[in-house]
Amino acid sequence: MSLVRDDVEKIAHLARLAVNGDELDSVAAGLSDILQMVEQMSSVDTAGVTPMAHPLHMTQPLRPDRVTEENRRDLFQSIAPQTEDGLYLVPKVIE
Amino acid sequence: MHNKSISELASGLRAGEFSSVELVQHYLGRIGSLDKGLNSFITVCGERAMAQARAADEQLASGVTGPLTGIPIAQKDIFCTQGVKTSCGSRMLDSFISPYDATVVSKLQAAGAVTLGKANMDEFAMGSSNETSWYGPVKNPWDTDKVPGGSSGGSAAAVAARLCAAATGTDTGGSIRQPAAFCGITGLKPTYGRVSRYGMIAFASSLDQGGPMTRSAEDAALMLQVMAGVDNRDSTSVDEPVPDYSVTLGDDLDGLRIGLPKEYFDAGLDAEVAASIDLAIAEYKKLGAEVVEITLPNTALAVPTYYVVAPAECSSNLARFDGVRYGHRCDDPKDLEDLYKRSRSEGFGAEVKRRILIGTYALSAGYYDAYYLKAQQIRHLISDDFKRAFERVDVIMGPTTPSTAFGIGEKADDPVTMYLSDIYTIAVNLAGLPGMSIPVQPVSGRPVGLQLIGNYFAEAKLLNVAHRLQQATEWHLAAPDGFE
Repeated sequence: MSLVRDDVEKIAHLARLAVNGDELDSVAAGLSDILQMVEQMSSVDTAGVTPMAHPLHMTQPLRPDRVTEENRRDLFQSIAPQTEDGLYLVPKVIE
Repeated sequence: MHNKSISELASGLRAGEFSSVELVQHYLGRIGSLDKGLNSFITVCGERAMAQARAADEQLASGVTGPLTGIPIAQKDIFCTQGVKTSCGSRMLDSFISPYDATVVSKLQAAGAVTLGKANMDEFAMGSSNETSWYGPVKNPWDTDKVPGGSSGGSAAAVAARLCAAATGTDTGGSIRQPAAFCGITGLKPTYGRVSRYGMIAFASSLDQGGPMTRSAEDAALMLQVMAGVDNRDSTSVDEPVPDYSVTLGDDLDGLRIGLPKEYFDAGLDAEVAASIDLAIAEYKKLGAEVVEITLPNTALAVPTYYVVAPAECSSNLARFDGVRYGHRCDDPKDLEDLYKRSRSEGFGAEVKRRILIGTYALSAGYYDAYYLKAQQIRHLISDDFKRAFERVDVIMGPTTPSTAFGIGEKADDPVTMYLSDIYTIAVNLAGLPGMSIPVQPVSGRPVGLQLIGNYFAEAKLLNVAHRLQQATEWHLAAPDGFE
């Protein structure tokens, strides 16, 4: 599988990353090299093989649905780039 | 003082031969004078460490102590440490002062350990050379033109250079074992779920595991004793009793069955490294072990499988870095999309972006079955290889890496070649098994690591097997020139 500029632009948008126009070709080539290495997987017959979700085949433990965390909003917001009245600020989304 | 083992330091502290304040001052002094040439620390916590040392001395005076009271260690900068910058080697988190402690950090502190500082690492643990750190590469104390390995390169270099008594590391595809091999120290990646991942910044959640990096198996046993155990803040941690790792260290190896996978001794292995591994295996035979040739037929698939699973999980985990709640935010975003895209592009380095892109592609509509699902199926086959092997042997051995430490810059422009250098370590993570690297005979003054792979939760056995070699030989005692 080899990727071209358009593919990289599309993937970068999905990942919310900006890739400069002059870097698109080299990024596409780099990703294609990796995908080519990964391509080795397709030679393996995996029909009927269960995908491995957890190395120890464990199920998720359950706990009672009770609030156990205390509110530490002020502490957490003290490291935020921009806050106001307990809210995180971002550029205007709805005009 | 800096050549003493953890237990020697602990008894020295208890006997009053020296105080924790003196010990911490000694290590801080070494960091101050020796780390400029290595760059193994991102943050040195001088005042905080001295306050912890004073508290340790009070505890020692009162006789109420923990297993590591007053012992100076380094934390890999992936472990959130309350009130301390936790950068994960990234510009993204350069301004991140963690508001909480990782479970590993709180456990080690509760045991009395003093945190000297935060060790340098590849950015978000993505790298095998420590060259992807935003804070610059770490140099190998054995040869400063060489890489220390990665991603726990700062931890490995700091332990080898005797800048701390021990350190923590994390291992997603070899990130404890490979730098341990390159720097001539002992590193242990526990069974997936043995050590809590709470507060350990996530890279690939189904593979990541924290563990100790030390100068001996005996020290690793003491560190793991504190780090291991179930944690209700990490639902993937396993509720399995933690044995006393120190009591079985000296157990006899008579009749131990060692499996040597033929795939780990193929043409890709450097001949001199192979000779060092053979020498160590010969020592094990003298200790009463039997050697059995085994096969792990899917070995060659480990790297391709890993480079789907790990980037896929990384692209998902790193989506949290959005420039909104913490971490880097770009200047003057014109709208929300611009805020996300520029904050992330400025905050992440090239290797992290490469892996996010690969992972995003592998998980995008139409490709899931061909990549992630396929990889998870092959992962099952790889895990079955080990299962079959452990029906015949007690421990698997081989080289940790195909060669000794490579040069700084040598593989930096060729990601695929860099990825392939982790050929012997990656399968262990895919299967979730415990693995260890211990130093054996060096090649031209450069350390070589022997890898030990155990069955699930066989950490005590690995430590025992490693310790017996370290009792019979002196390879683990060697110190790099200028750091003795």
